[in-house]
Amino acid sequence: MAEINDKIEADMVDQKDAPASVAPDGPAIASMNMIQALNSALDVKMAEDPTVVSYGEDAGYFGGVFRVTDHLQKKHGLNRSFDAPISESGIVGTAIGMAAYGLRPVVEIQFADYIYPAYDQIVSEAAKMRYRSGGQFTTPMVVRSPYGGGIFGGQTHSQSPESLFTHIAGLKVVIPSNPYDAKGLLTAAIEDDDPVIFFEPKRLYNGPFDGWHEKPVSPWKAQELAQVPTGKYVEPIGKARVMKEGADVTILAYGTMVWVALAGAEHAGVDAEVIDLRTLVPLDIEAIEASVKKTGRCVIVHEAPKTSGFGGELSALVQERCFYHLEAPVARVTGWDTPYPHAFEWEYFPGPQRVADALKAVMTGGR
Amino acid sequence: MKNTPTLSLRVPEPSGRPGDTPDFSHLKLDEPGAVARPDVSTTPAEMRDHAFRLIRVLDDQGKAVGPWDPKLDPETMRRGLKAMILTRAFDDRMHRAHRQGKTSFYMKCTGEEAIAVAQGMILSREDMGFPTYRQQGLLIARDYPLATMMNQIYSNAEDPIKGRQLPIMYSAKDYGFFTISGNLGTQYVQAVGWGMASAIRGDDKIAITWIGDGSTAESDFHSALTFAAVYRAPVILNVVNNQWAISSFQGIAGGLETTFASKGIGYGLPALRVDGNDFLAVWAATQWAEERARTNQGATIIELFTYRGAPHSTSDDPSRYRPGDEHEKWPLGDPIARLKQHLIGLGEWSDAQQEEAEKEAVEKVRAAARESEAIGTLGQSRPSVKTMFEEVYATEDWRLVEQRREVGV
Ligand SMILES: Cc1ncc(C[n+]2csc(CCOP(=O)(O)OP(=O)(O)O)c2C)c(N)n1
Ligand SMILES: [Mg+2]
Repeated sequence: MAEINDKIEADMVDQKDAPASVAPDGPAIASMNMIQALNSALDVKMAEDPTVVSYGEDAGYFGGVFRVTDHLQKKHGLNRSFDAPISESGIVGTAIGMAAYGLRPVVEIQFADYIYPAYDQIVSEAAKMRYRSGGQFTTPMVVRSPYGGGIFGGQTHSQSPESLFTHIAGLKVVIPSNPYDAKGLLTAAIEDDDPVIFFEPKRLYNGPFDGWHEKPVSPWKAQELAQVPTGKYVEPIGKARVMKEGADVTILAYGTMVWVALAGAEHAGVDAEVIDLRTLVPLDIEAIEASVKKTGRCVIVHEAPKTSGFGGELSALVQERCFYHLEAPVARVTGWDTPYPHAFEWEYFPGPQRVADALKAVMTGGR
Repeated sequence: MKNTPTLSLRVPEPSGRPGDTPDFSHLKLDEPGAVARPDVSTTPAEMRDHAFRLIRVLDDQGKAVGPWDPKLDPETMRRGLKAMILTRAFDDRMHRAHRQGKTSFYMKCTGEEAIAVAQGMILSREDMGFPTYRQQGLLIARDYPLATMMNQIYSNAEDPIKGRQLPIMYSAKDYGFFTISGNLGTQYVQAVGWGMASAIRGDDKIAITWIGDGSTAESDFHSALTFAAVYRAPVILNVVNNQWAISSFQGIAGGLETTFASKGIGYGLPALRVDGNDFLAVWAATQWAEERARTNQGATIIELFTYRGAPHSTSDDPSRYRPGDEHEKWPLGDPIARLKQHLIGLGEWSDAQQEEAEKEAVEKVRAAARESEAIGTLGQSRPSVKTMFEEVYATEDWRLVEQRREVGV
């Protein structure tokens, strides 16, 4: 049950002997977990672009509590990778100043649950800088933060606050679900000229987690999406990934829930098309529309609470654009409208059983 | 032509990293008894110096010296010593319980026991305490049932907060212990509001709150100082400077430029800086601040200078960022050893009694663990699932009713 600790210790062990940085004469492709892939993206960009800096609480010398910024200080210097005071508003506020100056800061908020002190800086400042200054000042910056549950972290280490940011004009919101996308998307986010909120599903750091929590954790190694180029590449922001093609129903998911959706479809024995949105803003509306028009059914899965969650937006879009193709009402499988409770991790977490139930309901609930 | 230098960024670094010999030679430590004790009605401006000195009572031989000696009766000191011993025994046991897979998380306060224990004894349960996760000593000094603390740590069926919070995020209203938030700093300013409320109502209760050195960087800390000064709120504002914030040394929070106590000066608050490992100094400074608060003279900020002896939490490994033996080399020693030495010097305690007290503490903790573990450890026992949907609001709306039904409870 000591899951947080195991996770963090596992991260440390994984990272200790295998700094996932570019070795000029090393292999072109390496098997990486998500932490190593993110680390590699930062390392490659910092080597290539002297304006990229990385900082956050414990993110300098120690390399972050999840080790995502490990070795960066040693390799790129104190000036480019450093520890920040425990002030999320300070971290984001200074990043805005740096971005306006012309740097490309990538800051870490230790847990997404601690991003709220920075909310004003993100919402009122970073998001609106370009618009309000008539393009004179811009904020090309990335706010990285581990998010989501499944690690017995209680209400302050488990939240999924993405919809608080998708609601804000001027922000991009990116959530990868695997090492390959994590590196390619983080690279794209750093190169993006607008502020990007980059949420990292912490439950996936060490392996794809399908929500069957009693099963042993599987490592990334076995996965194709963990074979990651050691050099630079970009996965474009705004493009979804079809994780699995299917004919009968479209599942829209992101982050940890992509893996849960795949497991739920398998459990239900339904031929589902699973779409990993990867970017919530801007959204790949074409991919969504094409899939739902093909299948005629849609189930949306996220871990965040239901009310005003991003699923509400997705559901409205599907209804607006695919209404005459729908065979059944759009369904949502989400976290409950409660805080994230420590003791009830697996009743709160929308697991594959709930996804399967929703799929079956959608399949039988035709008109 | 430009004749200014190229600008460069200063990033503070600690005096030692893994593999280095701990070096505390930069610390300016006043001699025990050297700092004057101002009258409680002294203006902040008149006592500016206290923010930069270090109030110490116990000397290296364990004698109480100087104007801050609170002249406690031996029985009170024995109670304090026993509560510190019990706190340490409890921490050790629960840290082990985590290792044994009985819970998900734990945090110790090793080396910092004097702070919460002394302050918990001075104030009453009517005075609300707004603690961080390192003031478990407050509950223990007030004889809160250890088994109930464990029930919270195990999120079991008897957890008073129904399995909702991470282990150690206790809430004990009747013991003057506010519900702990995982979000750093938020409660510091709430304590000021609580004190203001007591003043608004013409009451006689005061508030006390704690924050870590690292967390003083949060805006809420600064809001708290502003409100406390403006409204002369009856509150004691503690900064527990244990030198570390996870892997960041206190210089990352601004501790190289000035002291944490001195942060109060800019806000017009009286500030005391105290040896946090000296039970008697903590006691005396807290009493000073208490008297000030109770007599309508407002808030005091107290920096408690100490050292975080344990890892930050069960998820942390300090050997990756600080010299391994820094704790043993801490020049201000250990709070339990120092109070013990003092009592022995007075002829009020002995090594045998100490040994007995330690055994007794371990036994008390063991008995509590038996009681709590009979109910169940994490996952073996828990409150009923339907409580997950309760107390989100005073009354559930249709969404929660529907969602609860969906879970089938
Ligand atoms: C708002 C917020 N940001 C970050 C964290 C993560 N965090 C938990 S404890 C901690 C270090 C706190 O250090 P300090 O204030 O010195 O207290 P100590 O742990 O030393 O008692 C951090 C960064 C948090 N809990 N809340
Ligand atoms: Mg600290």
